[in-house]
Amino acid sequence: MDAFIDALNSLGQGFMNLTWEAAVMILIGCVLLYLGIGRKIEPLLLVPIGFGVVLGNLPLANLGAQDQGGVINLLYTAGILTEIFPVLLFLGLGAMIDFGPMLANPVVLIFGAAGQFGIFITLLLALGLGFVEQEAVSIAVIGACDGPTAIYVTSKYARELLPAVSIAAYSYMALVPIIQPPIMRGMTTRKERETPMAAGEKQVSQRVKVLFPIIAGIATILIAPMGAPLMGMLMLGNLLKESGVVGRLVDVSQNTIANLVTLLLGLCIGASMLGGNFLTWDTLLVFALGFIAISMDTVFGMLLGKLMRVLSKGKINPLLGAAGTSAFPMSARVVQKEGQRANPRNFLLWHAIGANTGGQIGSVMAAAVMLAVLSGLGIGPLA
Amino acid sequence: MARETIEVPITGKIISVAVKAGDTVKEGDVICMLESMKMENPILSPVDGAIVEIGVEPEQVVKPGEKIAVIEY
Repeated sequence: MDAFIDALNSLGQGFMNLTWEAAVMILIGCVLLYLGIGRKIEPLLLVPIGFGVVLGNLPLANLGAQDQGGVINLLYTAGILTEIFPVLLFLGLGAMIDFGPMLANPVVLIFGAAGQFGIFITLLLALGLGFVEQEAVSIAVIGACDGPTAIYVTSKYARELLPAVSIAAYSYMALVPIIQPPIMRGMTTRKERETPMAAGEKQVSQRVKVLFPIIAGIATILIAPMGAPLMGMLMLGNLLKESGVVGRLVDVSQNTIANLVTLLLGLCIGASMLGGNFLTWDTLLVFALGFIAISMDTVFGMLLGKLMRVLSKGKINPLLGAAGTSAFPMSARVVQKEGQRANPRNFLLWHAIGANTGGQIGSVMAAAVMLAVLSGLGIGPLA
Repeated sequence: MARETIEVPITGKIISVAVKAGDTVKEGDVICMLESMKMENPILSPVDGAIVEIGVEPEQVVKPGEKIAVIEY
């Protein structure tokens, strides 16, 4: 009889050890699952993250990312703390990206640089709010509009902020179609948005497409070696795709690696969102600063777009400035939609995609610059 | 009456055509959906008018400059 009662007691241990913070987090996990499954918002990310949150917060399950020896802890340690997951994800991204529109019209690359300015503004704000340098850099990189880059930098320098930064980065990437349009409309007159541009499709030779990842990989890594793992994998993936001789490797990079890493990355990030480290004031600040970072990317992109319109004597539509973020292809789609809304004859997609792929390179470069500054100042990772 | 030809802006595939010859359209109405760069893009009417000719059909692969429709206004 005693053994039976002990067995019943042990069955209820989970309920007995459930804290209010864990219960709130499980609820948050279920909300993420609802958004992913019910509303189909970024399901590839939200389903594994949401279920990871649920698993990680269940008491005694030993499935939190920080639960030493647990299955998810092993994945978290091997994949995120070593930075392997974000780096592998860049291999898959490289194999999916077509740099053709950017190569056909390299001037749009400048928008990819302007789309990173929010990072630097947010860095100053975060420092002003009392975050230490490593945390401030990690938060600011949300402005790269690029989940893997944000995870890469944060896992390197401020692991405590990893759950908040990664969720904020992915959330704001998904919210680009909501965040950018009001800023774009607010900063331009209708006449500016109507600026007609030829659709501009131009083909570049296959030789150029093959040479680009090799030359860009070498040049960007020589300029900013701290971003080498991300840039190296991005360019390797792109070279596989453009070489035309390794179809099987392209397939495995685009599908197997990208999908597997997305699943495990999402699961680990979700399981690292525990009540104790997520339900904090800092998390709210991270979200607020991330929002500022992405908004400022758009503001600076639009300012450059307006300048380019003047310099080109009205030949460049200023909306293109908003496509310089790394949120691919969301920003390009927003620019296309806003341009067409102002003038049904406008079709800015080709130019916007070029600027958007430029933004992907720009975000890695910006992150590498941040890491180089930290390194130059002799600032190491937070313990 | 003036006529305006709507041309394919970018290489892609026509997914659907929303109008037929004889239909009246308003500026901003969808003429057809063009799939390009893994996105579905509406091609819009630039003016209020009547469709006098349609040059594309669903599943057709199209190149820049090809005729989508002619509108009389």
